[in-house]
Amino acid sequence: MNRRPLRKLKNWAFLGLSMLATLAGLACLAAILWTLISRGLAGMSARIFTQMTPPPGSAGGLLNALYGSAAMTLLGILVGSPIGVLAGTYLSEYGQTSRLATVVRFINDVLLSAPSIIIGLFIYEIIVVRMGHFSALAGALSLAVIAIPITLRTTEDMLNLVPVGMKDSSAAMGAYPWRTTLSILYPAARSGIVTGLLLAVARISGETAPLLFTALNNQFWSIDLNAPMANLPVVIFQFALSPYKDWQDLAWAGALIITATILILSVAARILLALLQSRGGGGPAQ
Amino acid sequence: MIPSSKLPRHLKTRVPYPRVAPAPVDMGPPKIEIRKLDFYYGVSQALRNINLALADRSIAAFIGPSGCGKSTLLRVLNRMYALYPHQRAVGEVLIGGRDILGPTVDVADLRYRVGMVFQKPTPFPMSVFDNVAFGLKLAGEVRGSELAGRVESALKDAAIWDEIKGKLHADGRSLSGGQQQRVCIARTIAVQPEVLLLDEPTAALDPISTLKVEETLQALREKYCIVIVTHNLQQAARVSNVTGFMYMGELVEIGPSNEVFTTPKNRRTDDYITGRFG
Repeated sequence: MNRRPLRKLKNWAFLGLSMLATLAGLACLAAILWTLISRGLAGMSARIFTQMTPPPGSAGGLLNALYGSAAMTLLGILVGSPIGVLAGTYLSEYGQTSRLATVVRFINDVLLSAPSIIIGLFIYEIIVVRMGHFSALAGALSLAVIAIPITLRTTEDMLNLVPVGMKDSSAAMGAYPWRTTLSILYPAARSGIVTGLLLAVARISGETAPLLFTALNNQFWSIDLNAPMANLPVVIFQFALSPYKDWQDLAWAGALIITATILILSVAARILLALLQSRGGGGPAQ
Repeated sequence: MIPSSKLPRHLKTRVPYPRVAPAPVDMGPPKIEIRKLDFYYGVSQALRNINLALADRSIAAFIGPSGCGKSTLLRVLNRMYALYPHQRAVGEVLIGGRDILGPTVDVADLRYRVGMVFQKPTPFPMSVFDNVAFGLKLAGEVRGSELAGRVESALKDAAIWDEIKGKLHADGRSLSGGQQQRVCIARTIAVQPEVLLLDEPTAALDPISTLKVEETLQALREKYCIVIVTHNLQQAARVSNVTGFMYMGELVEIGPSNEVFTTPKNRRTDDYITGRFG
C-alpha cells in the first residue's frame, strides 16, 4: 500500500499551519509597530526633547520624563547589576551544586518571572511607606530588583560556557580562584555578561508598574532623588488614558522613543555578542 | 590465523619504534618519588599501589589504554584533583624531597612549582605576552623591565619565539592550535617550575605541530623533570628516557624506554605496544 501521498499531505498541512501561526504573530507585531511609528512620528517634534510635560491644553515636551527614565534606569542598573553579576559568579564558580546555590538559583528563577507590579508593591511597602513619600530613589531600587535576576542568570550562564580547561589551566599556574575569576573568566565571558546588562537595561527602561508605586510622576523638572520623578512609562500611562488630544500625542511620541531605545539596545547587544564571539571572546571557545 | 603479510603494518613487527631518546642519565636523588599511592574517585579506585622514582632532567612517558589511570597519576602530581570534590589520594608523593599530599601544603605554591600543560591548548583571553607573563605576574616576583626578558626566554625555550615575536600583542586565541599549545608550554615554563607535566599535549594537534612540540620537549629536557602522558606510542618512544606502562590503575612496568619498547618484561606491556589490545 502506498502511503506516500498521505504523508506528503500531512507534511504540507503541518507546514501550512505553522507558517500561518508565524504570520499571525508577525502581523500583530507589524501592526503594533506601524501604529506606533505613524502616531508617534506625528507627535514628534523638537519640543519633545526641550520642554517639560505640559498641563492639558498647552504645548510641552517630555524632557523631564526622559531625564527621569534615564536617571532611574542608570541608577537601577548601577545598584542591581553588581549584585547580579557577583551572585552569578558565586553560583557558577563557588556554589555550583551546593544546597545554598540550588536554593538561590531557584529563588532567582522565581524572581525572574515575578510580575513587576509585585516588586513595585514590595518597594512601596519597605521604602515609600517608611519614608512617607514617593521618590526617585525608590523607583530606582525597584528597577534594580528587576535587573538583579536578569544579570544573575546571564552571568552564570556565560561563565558556565567558559571552557573548563581555561579554569584548570589558571589553577594549574597556581592562581587562586578569585584571581582566575578576575583575570580569566570575566574577560573570557565579557561579551556575554555585557549583553546581559544591556538586556537588563532594555527591560527596566520600559517598566511601568513598579514606578507607579515608587517614583510616581512629576510634572516639573526635578533631579532630587528624594522626590517623585517623572519617567516615560508612567507619563505614557497617564497621558494615554487622558481625554486630551495633546497629551495623547505626547504619549504616542514617548511610546515610540521607548520602543526605539529598547530596540536599539537589543540590537546593539546582539551585534556586540556576535562581534566579540567572532573574534574568539565570550561564549564557548573553539 | 592471518598470515603475517596481511597484518596491518603496526602489528607485523615488534620493534617499529624510532629511537632517538637517550637512555636515562645516571641519576642523583630522584626528583619525584611516589610510594604506595592509591587514588579514589568517590568509592571507585583509580590508582592502586603506585611506586616509582623519576630523575631530574629527563622525560618520563606514561602510556596505557584509556582509563588506565595515567592522567589521574599526572593530576596527583600538582594536586589538580583537589579542585573536584570526592577525589582523594592516599600514600606518599615527594617532589624535590617534599611531601605534597600533606594537609599543610600550599596548593597554589605547589602548582607554581609543578607546571602543567593540558591536552587542548588553553590560551587565556589576553595577549600572547600577557599569557606568558601570567604566572610571573601572579607571583609578583618579577619586575616590569625583567618581565619582557623572561617572556622572551620562555618563548624561545618553547621554540616559538621566531614565529611569534611580531605578534606578542595579538590575542592568544587568534593563533593556530600548534602555536597556542607552544604558547601554553611557554606560559608554564616561564615561572621556571621544578617539574613539567604534560597531559597528551599533542592529541589535538596536526603532525607538524606535534613534531614542533616534541622538539620543544627535547630541548626542555636539559632543564626540567618532565612527565608526559600520551596515547601516541611512537611519541613516547621518540621523546622519553623512561616509559611506564599502566593498566587498570596499576603501574605494570616502568623502565628505560629502549628496554620497555624492545624487550618488555611484562606480557601485558608486550601485548599493548605491539597493538594486540588497547
